Amino acid sequence: MIPAYVDLSEASGLLVALLPEVFLTGWVLLLLLVVAWQHRSAEDQQLVGRLSLAGLVVTLALVILYWLRGPEPEGLELMIALDGFRYATAAVFLIGAILAVAISMHYLRRESILVPEYYLLILLATIGMMFMGGGADLVVIFLGLELMSVAVYVLAGINRRSIFAAEAALKYFLLGAFASAFLLYGIALIYGATGTTNLTLVYVQISAMGLQTDVMLIAGIAMLLVGFGFKVAAVPFHMWTPDVYDGAPTPVTAFMAAAVKAAAFAALMRILVQALAPMDSVWTEAVWWLAAITMVVGNVIALAQRRLKRMLAYSSIGHAGYLLVAVTSGTDLGTAALLYYVLVYTLMTVGAFAILTVVGRGGERDTRIDDFNGLGSRRPWLAFAMTVFMLSLLGFPGTAGFIGKWYILSAAVQADQFKLAVVLVGASILSAGYYLPVIMAMYMKDPVSDTAHVETRAVGAVRWVIGVTAMLLLLFGVWPNAVLDLAKEEGRQLRPAVLVTVSR
Amino acid sequence: MPASVGWVWLVIVLPFLGFLVNGTLSFVRPDAKRVVSAVGVGVLALSFVVALVVTGGVVAHPPHGHPYVLTLWSWMPAGSLQIDAALQVDQLSTVMMLVVTGISTLIHIFSIGYMREDPGYPRYFAYLNLFVFFMLILVLGASFPVMFVGWEGVGLCSYLLIGFWYENKPFADAGKKAFIMNRIGDFGFLVAMFMIFHATGSLSFVTVFEEAPQLFAVGGTTITLITLALFMGCTGKSAQIPLFTWLPDAMAGPTPVSALIHAATMVTAGVYLVARANVLFAMAPVSSLVVAATGAATALFAATIAVKQWDIKKVLAYSTISQLGYMFMGVGVGAYAAGIFHLTTHAFFKALLFLGSGSVIHALHHAFHATHRHDDAQDMRNMGGLRRYMPWTAALMWIATLAIAGVPGFSGFFSKDEILAMTFARGQEAGVFYVLWIVGAVAALLTAFYMTRMMLYTFHGPTRTGEEEERHLHEAPWVMTGPLLFLGIGSVVAGVLNLPAVLPGSGWLHHFLEPVTEGSTAYLPEFHLASATEWALLGLATLIAAAGILGAWNFLKPALLQPASLATPESGLQRILLRKWYVDEIYDALVIRPIMWLSERTFWKVVDVGVIDGVLVNGSAKTARAVGWIGSRLQSGRVATYVFFFVLGSILVLRALLR
Repeated sequence: MIPAYVDLSEASGLLVALLPEVFLTGWVLLLLLVVAWQHRSAEDQQLVGRLSLAGLVVTLALVILYWLRGPEPEGLELMIALDGFRYATAAVFLIGAILAVAISMHYLRRESILVPEYYLLILLATIGMMFMGGGADLVVIFLGLELMSVAVYVLAGINRRSIFAAEAALKYFLLGAFASAFLLYGIALIYGATGTTNLTLVYVQISAMGLQTDVMLIAGIAMLLVGFGFKVAAVPFHMWTPDVYDGAPTPVTAFMAAAVKAAAFAALMRILVQALAPMDSVWTEAVWWLAAITMVVGNVIALAQRRLKRMLAYSSIGHAGYLLVAVTSGTDLGTAALLYYVLVYTLMTVGAFAILTVVGRGGERDTRIDDFNGLGSRRPWLAFAMTVFMLSLLGFPGTAGFIGKWYILSAAVQADQFKLAVVLVGASILSAGYYLPVIMAMYMKDPVSDTAHVETRAVGAVRWVIGVTAMLLLLFGVWPNAVLDLAKEEGRQLRPAVLVTVSR
Repeated sequence: MPASVGWVWLVIVLPFLGFLVNGTLSFVRPDAKRVVSAVGVGVLALSFVVALVVTGGVVAHPPHGHPYVLTLWSWMPAGSLQIDAALQVDQLSTVMMLVVTGISTLIHIFSIGYMREDPGYPRYFAYLNLFVFFMLILVLGASFPVMFVGWEGVGLCSYLLIGFWYENKPFADAGKKAFIMNRIGDFGFLVAMFMIFHATGSLSFVTVFEEAPQLFAVGGTTITLITLALFMGCTGKSAQIPLFTWLPDAMAGPTPVSALIHAATMVTAGVYLVARANVLFAMAPVSSLVVAATGAATALFAATIAVKQWDIKKVLAYSTISQLGYMFMGVGVGAYAAGIFHLTTHAFFKALLFLGSGSVIHALHHAFHATHRHDDAQDMRNMGGLRRYMPWTAALMWIATLAIAGVPGFSGFFSKDEILAMTFARGQEAGVFYVLWIVGAVAALLTAFYMTRMMLYTFHGPTRTGEEEERHLHEAPWVMTGPLLFLGIGSVVAGVLNLPAVLPGSGWLHHFLEPVTEGSTAYLPEFHLASATEWALLGLATLIAAAGILGAWNFLKPALLQPASLATPESGLQRILLRKWYVDEIYDALVIRPIMWLSERTFWKVVDVGVIDGVLVNGSAKTARAVGWIGSRLQSGRVATYVFFFVLGSILVLRALLR
């Protein structure tokens, strides 16, 4: 059914290579028609949500199918990559999107947000992400990034009755446009220096033309780092994050913290390793500093937060720092660690935000850590799941978060970045100062009132999201081998793809 | 390896299956007592049958040179350390396996009657099955670490079963005491393991014992330290001086548990360990002497305490400690087969005594329960004359008493005599062994005395239970007296396993165990006694037993005894003995209080609260939080500020790259 080789310079070949994306785009267009007729009641919205979920699941199946027996490129990878890294990251984005849609279904009804297009925007953003993780050309990656960003700007402000959501959306849009400009300028400079935007050809040109000290190229890389630094919320380009995460509806926040961030990291890793590997002496130090500062600042400020949503926002900045450590190493092991951690991070972040939607009310801006007091006695299973998420975010042994962090650490040590590894461990210790109080509140403090947590109940899909993510985190914590092997496999594919293609 | 020996894993797995089933039932169907009994007893009976088959294989095809080692899987492959989950089947482990499965089966049957009305019935059987599982790992393990798994596992089960009625705080405390004392001993075991691995590079029995003669100098420091550390583990597990005080407290558990764990099997693990490592101990004469001396001292010391106890189970507990002392004396003087022989006979008569006392307590408890009295059902001053109500129990317990007292013809006579005779034989080598022999003989006299005392006060004389209560006293059901009958038969005839050299058919067990102990013979002198000396010793032993029994019979007057509630407090030496030489109080003053003081005043208040909590934890947390607060102040919410930082960052990145 799927041809063994495709010629990416032909339209038909490109169509075959892009089948998952094409399917999802078609599905979105169909759903748009559905929404045009059915947009009046909560039931209509529920229907759209279910259909979106179906579309995402089918796309995930397609991605996995391609992953197992995908076509090989005939000649150069033009526009789109056909490697395991693309499918692995696409799977992570789709899982993140599925989880986000699942927790949205009940949430939107409860918060009476009636905008069926909400789900379409999530799907569109997901398509953008898939292009970011799979693009073989700077322009494709940028297009994907813009598709994703614009959709997410709207998602952040989807609750039109909330002034905070409006503020969040506007801020995100303004600063996002600013960052996009930097990114595009960087791409332009790279094109100016090398004469190409194709990742493989950039690699070839740098080596062939001896551009290692070319100022225009280096300036381009700097602009690129700034643009992506904004998207991954690296300090000091992170200032938008707390306000936007705080103001947006919680499922959107979960989607942004998990999938959007993962997509930016996937694109960054691909560009740095596949196109700019010859320049690693130039970008390693800058990324090193970004990683170190981001880890420390994110975790320190998180310590001062009393409101859970904002705390999780800062915690996600800290985690961006951890992921940057994996990027800094620039090795195969680093890529593998990034892939593994991105998956684990998606699971634990979405899980934690899902619990927040269950415990909190009215956008969850005001849900404090004290609101979790006594949850352990009133809702033991929910408290147990939250414990798993917090411990995993902390990187506690026995959870998947530990394995992920350990893997990043070993990548850093392998790349001789001992100091960065020390910073990472130190930052993790700091993070215990804000993850553990949540567990303490749940088990060691009494409920604030007799009626506390009476209304707290995970219903429908949220229960599945919480249960499945918690189970997976525990499973990967004690038995990580299968996923780790997969991540190692795909991490290795990223680099040789270039060399193999060039030699062919 | 004969095919039947290959089934040995089944002996271990069966009790574990019982544990799984009963453990599940204790949650799902706690009232399914019939199923629980059938499973609990059934798995053990099957296990005993398999053990018999395995033993048959070993007897028919005795292993030559190497024991049979059944490797199940590679357990800990770590560099040069290779530890397999392996079982060792040889003459010693088959003897232990038979004792454990056989006695366990009988005690499980007894428990059906004894625990009938307990709400925790399935949990009890689950623990008991689990205990047997670990005990079998202990005796069948083919290396020190595997043995240690069993060693720790039986400790855990002992803790769980002593504190079985955990609602009662002293009982739960007794469990903890046993656990802690055992941990002190286990430390020695662990240290010994590290030293053995350091010296030999291996931990499997076969390798260590075969290479030891080449690696160690006889009487050298290393081997002495290793064996002393091992023996430290034994003092904890087998309740020897100085770590013996947990065993009397362990009587808080159900009586069948005392019979199985704290008399017949677990507490003998130390003796088994010394016998198993006989090569190492024989190469360290100093350690062996320490073992023998500790054993002799414990035998006498515990016997003196037993003379004045009123609690029937406490008498038996100190008696157990004393008898364990004999076993250590035996293995300490190098008479390893004699030690194992006494272990086996002791398992029969002491299990019988404990179960019999269980029947008595059971009967008294019911009587008191029927009249709503809250007197102590274990205090002998509340008993007396019970032989009229419980003839079977009385008769069977008398058999066990005659056995432990060393009356000729009963099993205890032969096993105890052999240990004393072997000690006496070593006397030609050094005078200290004569001293040990005298200590052992005095302890034997006391044993005969206090056991007769216990029987007199319990079963003879007038009944002190109370008139109302007497009508409720009755013999235990057959499910309880049946196992006693089997144990009684064992107490009488087990002596034929190893008759003295002067009798025909002598030393069967000795010859059977020879392949296990032959490694140590090179380091030990020839045990030889002239025929006349041996007859003389046998005669002396008879005299001692007779003196003890008749002395007690004549001097003690059960008729004069008052019930516990009316009794006057003792004074002088009697009081000291009743209070167990104040050992618990001495430990409390010398060890526990100083440690508590140190930990509370110094470690907790100064180091923990002051330095760690105050400065390190809270101080650093406050600093970090303050910095974080400053950070979140910068988060003004104004887009212009954000853009400022953005641009600042861009400049820094550009600056970093364009150098």
